[in-house]
Amino acid sequence: MSVIYILWLRELKRYLRSRVQIVVSLGQPMLYLLVLGFGMAPIFKRAGYGNYLQFIAPGVIGMTVLFSSIFSGLGLLWDRQFGFLKETLVAPVPRLQIMIGRTLGGATVAVIQGLLVAVICVIAGFRPGSLATAPFALGFMVLIAIVFAALGVAIGSSLQDMQGFQLIMNFLVMPIYFLSGALFPLTGLSMPLSWITAADPLAYGIDGMRSMFLVGITRFGAPTDLAVLVIVGAIFLIVGAYRFSKIEI
Amino acid sequence: MIHVHNLVKSFGSFTAVNDVSFEVAEGEIFAFLGPNGAGKTTTIKMLTTLLKPTSGSIRLDGLDPQTRQNEARRRFGIVFQDPSLDGDSSAWENMEIHGVLYHVPHKIRRQRTEELLKLFELWERRNEPVKKFSGGMKRRLEIARGFLHTPRILFLDEPTLGLDPQSRNQLWSHVKEVNEREKVTVFLTTHYMDEADRVAHRIGVIDHGKLVAQGTPREIKEQTGTESLEDAFLALTGATIRDESADAADKVRQFAKMWSGGKR
Repeated sequence: MSVIYILWLRELKRYLRSRVQIVVSLGQPMLYLLVLGFGMAPIFKRAGYGNYLQFIAPGVIGMTVLFSSIFSGLGLLWDRQFGFLKETLVAPVPRLQIMIGRTLGGATVAVIQGLLVAVICVIAGFRPGSLATAPFALGFMVLIAIVFAALGVAIGSSLQDMQGFQLIMNFLVMPIYFLSGALFPLTGLSMPLSWITAADPLAYGIDGMRSMFLVGITRFGAPTDLAVLVIVGAIFLIVGAYRFSKIEI
Repeated sequence: MIHVHNLVKSFGSFTAVNDVSFEVAEGEIFAFLGPNGAGKTTTIKMLTTLLKPTSGSIRLDGLDPQTRQNEARRRFGIVFQDPSLDGDSSAWENMEIHGVLYHVPHKIRRQRTEELLKLFELWERRNEPVKKFSGGMKRRLEIARGFLHTPRILFLDEPTLGLDPQSRNQLWSHVKEVNEREKVTVFLTTHYMDEADRVAHRIGVIDHGKLVAQGTPREIKEQTGTESLEDAFLALTGATIRDESADAADKVRQFAKMWSGGKR
């Protein structure tokens, strides 16, 4: 238990100490929120979907949590040859504890980032439809963070060096984001696209957040969202733990 | 303290370590020497549970590192060829994390951390992030950390690589001090023959995966009829240069150098 705690604490301290990084990492979500949010608003309204800023805010929060959690897992890659990972891997503790400590730490950082972006969204004019259900959106944020922190660890444990990083970014992280319905509604899509989006775990996370923030606006329904995220999260955690246990130094 | 018997490690058709046997007594400083790619690091990895031997046996303090991994790990400390500190944490925090990972009780952890940081002359700067430390300071911290859980054996894989003579001298005098005070067995590799000559009680020379000589520095010099250990080493291993092809580790190493500006 103390092992998990100290590794979790380390991730958190590292995050809180890199103030510049915190500000920089808020840049991209703000770009989507402010530029796309206000830029697309008139068209969105004319199409009869209502206020675009209200729609995109949960998506941008989800994106922040996705990026932050998946990168914390991939940070393993960096640590792997040079950093601290080796120190933890030769310690007389089960690797599972190390993996859980890292994953929870990365997920916690991702949730904090998500909350920061949520505050920015509110400042920009985002108003949750119901304050009673809004706290449940935090629950979905936590689930998204755990799902993708675990995925990050699974990928980070499997790659040999940093060269695969760009590949992961372009062929995994960006598609997960664009196909999640963060930026456009998933209703009324043509067949292949609607199937692909239904296979994207982030789609359920963002849909869940949206249904909690803006009551009644949902594609899959909150219970389905919850179930999918819990199942996918469990699978990714198991795969992540397995891949992590196979790392050779 | 360390018993190695007919140790073999092959990767496919390549045999990195070929039928190596040696013993290291308790409290001894043993230097393991050899050119690049001779099998030093592979041997250390097998001794420290990171690699599985193809055949042969290893006993650390009577334990088989393969079958009783965690017990064996608690009994040794290791300083890797590449740094393994957490650059964003302070010296104190690095010690703290290590103490928790090795189940050192809270009170002893604090007491020993203070003792070791003072001995290795890092106490004044214990609260600074490690990334601000010089190469020599980082090495000292890693070695101090390796001693924290009072190991019976300390493995040092080229600990003085890239350090200036002052730092190297200081580092070895600290290692010797703890070796004498706590009777810790030290197993080290280095490319600096003068260091091995001064520090080590006994030496093993490995080349092409085979142990080609072993004994005290004096015995090895006598065996080869040479004046210095460096000449003895060249006489034993030849003068040809060993070029290794770059593997993934080397690539990441270069990448890290490029991006960290030599800070890590």
